[in-house]
Amino acid sequence: MKKSVFLGTLAASALIAGAASAQTLAEVQERGSLNCGVTTGLTGFAAPNAEGEWEGFDVGVCRAVAAAVLGDATAVEFVPTTGQTRFTALASGEVDMLARNTTWTFSRDVDLAFEFTGVNYYDGQGFMVPRELGVSSALELDGATVCIQTGTTTELNLADFFASNNMSYEPVPIETNAEAQQQYLAGACDVYTTDASGLAATRATFEDPSAHVVLPEIVSKEPLGPLVRHGDHEWGDIVRWTLNALITAEELGVTSANVGEIGGTTENPEIRRLLGTEGELGAMLGLEADWAANAIAAVGNYGELFEGNIGESTPIGLARGLNAQWTDGGLLYSPPFR
Amino acid sequence: MATMTDPPVEGFRLSQLIYDTRYRSMTIQVVAFILIMLGLVWLANNVVTNLQALGKDFDFGFLGNRAGYDINQRLVEYSNDSTHGRAAIVGILNTLLVAVLGCITATILGVFAGVLRLSKNWIVSRLMGVYVEGFRNIPLLLWILVIFAVMTEGTPQPRDFRGEDAEASMILGDSVAITNRGIYIPNLVFNRSLGGNEVDAETGAVVASQSAGDMILLLVVIIAGFVASGFIGRRATAIQEKTGVRPPGTFWMRLGAVIVPALIVLVALGATLEYPELRGFNFADGIHLRNSLIALWFALSLYTGAFIAEIVRAGIMAVSKGQTEAAFALGMRPSWTMNLVILPQALRVIIPPLISQFLNLTKNSSLAIAVGYMDVRSTLGGITINQTGRELEGMLLLGLFYLITSLIISGAMNIYNNSVKLQER
Repeated sequence: MKKSVFLGTLAASALIAGAASAQTLAEVQERGSLNCGVTTGLTGFAAPNAEGEWEGFDVGVCRAVAAAVLGDATAVEFVPTTGQTRFTALASGEVDMLARNTTWTFSRDVDLAFEFTGVNYYDGQGFMVPRELGVSSALELDGATVCIQTGTTTELNLADFFASNNMSYEPVPIETNAEAQQQYLAGACDVYTTDASGLAATRATFEDPSAHVVLPEIVSKEPLGPLVRHGDHEWGDIVRWTLNALITAEELGVTSANVGEIGGTTENPEIRRLLGTEGELGAMLGLEADWAANAIAAVGNYGELFEGNIGESTPIGLARGLNAQWTDGGLLYSPPFR
Repeated sequence: MATMTDPPVEGFRLSQLIYDTRYRSMTIQVVAFILIMLGLVWLANNVVTNLQALGKDFDFGFLGNRAGYDINQRLVEYSNDSTHGRAAIVGILNTLLVAVLGCITATILGVFAGVLRLSKNWIVSRLMGVYVEGFRNIPLLLWILVIFAVMTEGTPQPRDFRGEDAEASMILGDSVAITNRGIYIPNLVFNRSLGGNEVDAETGAVVASQSAGDMILLLVVIIAGFVASGFIGRRATAIQEKTGVRPPGTFWMRLGAVIVPALIVLVALGATLEYPELRGFNFADGIHLRNSLIALWFALSLYTGAFIAEIVRAGIMAVSKGQTEAAFALGMRPSWTMNLVILPQALRVIIPPLISQFLNLTKNSSLAIAVGYMDVRSTLGGITINQTGRELEGMLLLGLFYLITSLIISGAMNIYNNSVKLQER
């Protein structure tokens, strides 16, 4: 009798522990900071700068969420994760969200029980080779040695690409982008393959970027976006709509410079709803009315974030391409704020 | 009339469970057992509940799904269409390969270093001292990374071998290429392979190839040769003990027993050497010893060898000095003294700690992840877990594998230990 009471108590406490995972928002607010999983270092997307502060495109998403939830874009603990550790870190609750060049796939969304909250970069897998090899197409890579980060979708795409083109290759499995870069530069592999944005970011850090070419073939779709755990829909909504707010802000012309006054002066009702000067959108999320304004003020709108970290004026030099607004022929399309 | 009084029958009181020393130890054990069981139940329950909360189930079905990734070093047939289970087997074989290679080299290194550290030659003993202390006191991971970095950065790329005035050239009569992707050595192939040979469509020439059967046959013949050689040796010793004369030519007979059958098999199968050749991006043909394997193998051997050296030294020092003096008094050479008198006695002290070192080496091989060697930790415990999200199941299987391997090594070594330990009557 006593034993069953004891076990019952245990089971109940375990259930409470389980249910607690559905209150990420309360946890973050109580803790006063957001735990955000990022890469161990990919210039332009997420890397510590000379002062040791994390900066980059993915880091911007973390900061925007922190600004929306806590009103403070600096209240973020960045947790560096590798391709192999990222999902465990998220599933175990070590981080509240991942913003880390992670491809949205069916099995990750459904089987690994994560929730992708949107796409912040539409990417595809590419190949980089030294110019002196004289290779101009990925179809000439038969027999090559390829450096690849393990546990990624690129690893699977690579196998499929070579198999479907009846070519062979020698994979060199590597844990992080930094190691891959070092092996590639030492010539331990002929080819480095990862998402095209990652290749551009890696090449930008080389001593002589022009000595390396990114081959024209893009062999996969890699929609990269932030993700959270299944089962906490309120938290998922917050991350999703923070990203949407940045995208909508660009579409509507709201920038970090004018976000302060435009909410009060504009006649556009969608901007007014977005910035919280009209309607109850913030309260529906369980946040302050100015949540989106805070996020935009902290990191700028999507376009500013892009241009500041990975755009054509930066060493990484990525064109907007697919990542332009839908009004400019790109794929960025945020559902309306109403 | 004498009355017999029965000894007073004491009733059993509950307090005796605590205050009576006859029962107390039982009580403590029962209570401890219940607590431990409750703890385990709580842990298991916690796991189940938390998995449910995460929306995950507990299922080993993923082992039968298509793996989808490639493994560069495979000792059995494997492609990205194979299953996760097969990928795990490829990893297991790679782990066992590096463990066996490592144990052999570490033992050889350790015995030499241990013996030489006791040398009377000051330079030799100090050199061994530097080796032992250097490797024992620096983490294994650093040595793996150092050796890997030296191999990667310090050796030429395959494309340096190309062209008329190439920067690098192959060594040993153009048969071995040392590159930053590993070492390419000639491979033994057969013109009359058991697995059948292909015929080149254009020239009509037979393409030399190799099947698993060829290698197994060769191995069996060589092992049989060694067994026969041992038999000849024992017979010669028996005759020598009986008659005082060792049959002439025993050494040559023993040598022949090993070499002649092996040679016959090689000729019968039409053995030739296949030399590595620069083709396309890489060297093709021959055997490719990858940098990751070499770095892991060397580092494990050197590191564990340093520990074995200390064990060997301790074993030798445990043998009474009188044994050496007695052997010298009989006029034995120092090398005979070591091999026939000291080491056999030292073995009794050496074997038990040696078992632990073999276990350590096997388990340490999981550091392979640092250099991208595809052992079971990298396949089953790395990529598979990552692609399928089955952390718990994968880690359980991985733990089970290392447990079973360790128990097998330990069991086999204990059998050997029983055969060399002091037989007391």
